[in-house]
Amino acid sequence: MNGALGQIYWLLWKDLLLEARRRDNLLSMFFFGLSLLFLFSFAFEISSENVSRMAPGLLWLAFMFSGTLALNQLFQGDRENDCLDALLLAPLDRGAYYLAKVFFNFSLMFLLELFILPLFGILFRLDFWHLLPNVLLYTLLGTLGFSVVGVLFAAVTLRARARALLLPVLLFPLMIPVILATVRTLQIILGAGTAAELVPWFRLLVGFDLIFITAGFLLLEWVLDG
Amino acid sequence: MARRILGTLALILILTGLYWGLVEAPPDARQGETQRIMYLHIPSILVAYLAFFIVFVGSCLYLWKGERRDDNLAHSAAEIGVLFTALTIVEGSIWGKPTWGVWWTWDARLTLTAILLLIFSAYLLLRSLIEDPRRGAVSGAILGIIGFLDIPLIHMSVYWWRTLHQPPSILRPDKAPWDNIDPAMLWPLGINFLAFLVLFFYLLSLRIHLGEVEDRVRRSRLYEAS
Repeated sequence: MNGALGQIYWLLWKDLLLEARRRDNLLSMFFFGLSLLFLFSFAFEISSENVSRMAPGLLWLAFMFSGTLALNQLFQGDRENDCLDALLLAPLDRGAYYLAKVFFNFSLMFLLELFILPLFGILFRLDFWHLLPNVLLYTLLGTLGFSVVGVLFAAVTLRARARALLLPVLLFPLMIPVILATVRTLQIILGAGTAAELVPWFRLLVGFDLIFITAGFLLLEWVLDG
Repeated sequence: MARRILGTLALILILTGLYWGLVEAPPDARQGETQRIMYLHIPSILVAYLAFFIVFVGSCLYLWKGERRDDNLAHSAAEIGVLFTALTIVEGSIWGKPTWGVWWTWDARLTLTAILLLIFSAYLLLRSLIEDPRRGAVSGAILGIIGFLDIPLIHMSVYWWRTLHQPPSILRPDKAPWDNIDPAMLWPLGINFLAFLVLFFYLLSLRIHLGEVEDRVRRSRLYEAS
């Protein structure tokens, strides 16, 4: 494959292959997410009456915290042995590099969510199996929103001091539309509203994803070459 | 010299505005004396909005042309914007306690203002954690742009989330500003707005000057080191 699509494909393939062989991101994210679920059960009294109200917020906190861990590691592999410099010297489209990283981070998080969602349902007796397609659709949109902004700022903080602390400080305020939209839609899906109330949030999420994937695509060039 | 004139003018205007707002203007028919804080509250937030808009413009110009001057403008405006946003929140709290009975409530506009404060405090933090001036400037510009693009989305999402703050009573789409407020109150408000505006440009010019001096010091140190 050639062209920008080919570049995205090979960059993504490289990251996925490394992840498939080492599994360090996915395993740490999974156990981190799992321990969060346990902390939640100690911190909040979750019962079958309030679980459908609490679940959306708790799930998204777990996703965002685990996702931030993954973002901190996102460029680590490429920085070892100066691979990043070599990649930048190659005739590589910066936008393609950005999109490959977005899809990689997105796949990691979405895989994690596929594990965490059923576990949450089992641990807290949340009966949402028949709603799963809808739940997954909004999880997918929200996760994409998280990745498109997250990857850009993971690159921005790459050479900052205390970058692992700085990243969530930058990212979380910017993520407020995503967290509100995903939590609210999940509450609606779990029974706190009608399907018509989903529409504005759906538009908001799609708009967020489109705006920031475009912005990240255009802006990453400056971050990497600066 | 021009800066000194601007500073003097700001001082005169602020004293006039304070006298007019606190002494001359009549107390509000329903809220009484506490309403006078409006004469500071509205000008502070309008100036903060202006500051963040300048951050956006400066950031775009910097990425486009790469001139140190534009970054200095953005960075300076961000600092002053954070100051005025914090002032707005403090003034709002002081007004909210006697009027609403609480210092803080999770209303949409309050939350939006607090998020603005978070985003642009993160901007300042980011700038302070990156040593390399050029890289710091690029990173700041990216946050300046993404943060600004995010504001309408955050605005929408927190509005759908909840609303308690009264809608704007003066700047309304359906009526001209002078129909919504008694001239005895509009005049001091206008004077105060002008005063804050002049103060803002005075502080901005001071801060830009400081940035230029810092650059000169950095250059001469580099020169000595070589």
